[in-house]
Amino acid sequence: MSQPQAWNPADPRSRPSREQVLAGLRGTDAGGPELVQLLTPEGERLSDRRFDPYAEDVDTAALQALYRDMVLVRRADREANALQRQGQLGIWVPLLGQEAAQIGAGRALAPQDMAFPSYREHGVAWCRGVDPTDLLGIFRGTDNGSWDPIATRFNLYTIVIGNQCLNAAGYAMGQRFEGKVGDAETAEATMCFFGDGATSQGDVHEGFVWAAAYDAPVVFYCQNNQWAISVPLERQTRVPLYERAQGYGFPGIRVDGNDVLACLAVSRWALEECRTGNGPVLIEAFTYRMDAHTTSDDPSRYRLADELELWKLKDPIERVRVNLVREHHVGQSYFDDVAAESDELAARLREFCFAMPDPAPDRMFSEVYAEPSPLVEDQRAEFLAYHASFADGPLAGSSTGQGV
Amino acid sequence: MATLTMAKALNDGLRAAMERDPKVIIMGEDVGKLGGVFRITDGLQKDFGEQRVLDTPLSESGIIGTAVGLAIRGFRPVCEIQFDGFVFPGFDQIVSQLAKVHYRSQGKVTMPVVVRIPFGGGIGAVEHHSESPESLFAHVAGLKVVACSNPSDAYWMIQQAVANDDPVIFFEPKRRYWEKAEVDPGAEPPPLFSSRVLRTGSSVTVASYGPLVRTCLDAATAAVADGVDLEVIDLRSLSPLDLDPVFDSVRRTGRLVVVSEAPSESSVTAEVAARVQQECFYSLEAPVLRVTGFDTPYPPSKCEDDYLPDLDRVLDAVDRALAW
Repeated sequence: MSQPQAWNPADPRSRPSREQVLAGLRGTDAGGPELVQLLTPEGERLSDRRFDPYAEDVDTAALQALYRDMVLVRRADREANALQRQGQLGIWVPLLGQEAAQIGAGRALAPQDMAFPSYREHGVAWCRGVDPTDLLGIFRGTDNGSWDPIATRFNLYTIVIGNQCLNAAGYAMGQRFEGKVGDAETAEATMCFFGDGATSQGDVHEGFVWAAAYDAPVVFYCQNNQWAISVPLERQTRVPLYERAQGYGFPGIRVDGNDVLACLAVSRWALEECRTGNGPVLIEAFTYRMDAHTTSDDPSRYRLADELELWKLKDPIERVRVNLVREHHVGQSYFDDVAAESDELAARLREFCFAMPDPAPDRMFSEVYAEPSPLVEDQRAEFLAYHASFADGPLAGSSTGQGV
Repeated sequence: MATLTMAKALNDGLRAAMERDPKVIIMGEDVGKLGGVFRITDGLQKDFGEQRVLDTPLSESGIIGTAVGLAIRGFRPVCEIQFDGFVFPGFDQIVSQLAKVHYRSQGKVTMPVVVRIPFGGGIGAVEHHSESPESLFAHVAGLKVVACSNPSDAYWMIQQAVANDDPVIFFEPKRRYWEKAEVDPGAEPPPLFSSRVLRTGSSVTVASYGPLVRTCLDAATAAVADGVDLEVIDLRSLSPLDLDPVFDSVRRTGRLVVVSEAPSESSVTAEVAARVQQECFYSLEAPVLRVTGFDTPYPPSKCEDDYLPDLDRVLDAVDRALAW
């Protein structure tokens, strides 16, 4: 079998040979020559004239902080995955492999900025001050999102693929209408997160159109993790995704999504563009979903283990660790401390999960409307009367915290 | 007191809502310079500017989806869908986001968004311009659905819908846009989510909404000659339904005819029939009858006079109810 040569899977315009298709080779670790990278997989800091200014303040302490962020969100992610396997969560959506893409973007956001996630943005949530324990309810089935999207400036997870791109465009239009664009100090921007699969949705297209039409200060941040459940990138697009921006009249850029420094720098640049009135911007963070789509998924049915092995060499956390050791002379005790802290976080997450009370049975009737509906309130009353009619007393499972 | 068309009454109502609250913005296709294809927003962009009356891209999912984002930001968008049959590209955003954000956020985020939809037939239009999709929205938890039938209600209901903190799907009977009636801006309007008895009578209760309320009132006038005294109720609010006046009426008349242009299956009229038989079982002298559009797609316009319920079909149902 011939080796892939001219074929660059990062560029859907190049086609694999028949043998390559039959061998199941689809994913790649090659982002192509246009990929912005500041930190190689081997941990070497590259210089980049365009984006170095957006990372020059990242000193040893700041890089340590990014490392810590990634280790903690990965540890929380692995713990939540385990909690699902133990029956404590109904499902979990792993972020494994996408830590750099999310922490880089999340740490670029200013407090006044707004973020619209899909449902895998646990790392961005972390950066917005949403505690990992606040994510559990969605996956345990106790709520549909527990944090305050206004106070945290982090919208609730959007599960319908691509919907949030229009919501984000609208929010950013509002920022512009309120005159929050232009001043570098007080200006605001919006960041919208979605995946490669979402780019096939009409709402993403319309979001791009609207953001362009209203010069909305929104960064469209596509984490291209190569797979939409079982469907590879080539089914979604003929061209590299970042190139699509050109058709809408705004800049698109591809960044190494496993390079937290590059993701931070490129996101800072894009947010600055938006704050100063040059939005929107599309960022394609070229990364890889190292785990399943969700805990209900089985990637062994559609992709080769070799592919994962390829990407393990590009791990987003390891390259920062290597860089911290070699170029910043950080000692082992720091890494041990972060590891210990991550274990504490995991233990806290686990403890919290086990103690989570089930919602009161009539919780489902609450907040359907801002102004209560007579129909829903009648149904609540009937529901409670029905259960009260049983001789053995109160509703089963009410606020006892005895598991799912 | 002024005599206004429904179109002008809606225009005045929107203007009052925009003057009352700077967060109210209007968005839709051709709503700015043109004033909307039905001129409902005529002159508003000129007076309130392009950031409060938005000529949007031609994109219904975009209209609703960005309105959701604007509402999260604190705006109160009033969206215009140009014709009933064009709402479906926006249906996903309406059902998945607009209807659910308040519930999902446990009340932390409200969605004070109005979606105005000119609906119904009778104007000789091409396909997709004459539909009555209100039951699709009434079925969705989290949405409120209303339909106005006359200029006075149009004037008040649009302002009440804009002031409401829940998403309201606001149906306007397009074939009644140019009918005139008196509007009193000094009056005290009834609550938005209430039905109204427009004509009291003792023989049969007739309940309808939107474009056919006028038809039912005309039927009541015609029925007098036969000694039949119809009570006519304008439902006005389709979700939540305000059926207490209907129950009270049916307990007196014993007979109910529900009238709508929409197809009958799984519809608002079906819901009214089910609830009335549940509440008024021992008062009913006849089954609840319905006069509706047929369960076909809306037909080519040369057939619409046969498709749409008219005065004769309403009276035929009244006769059948009385003869039961």
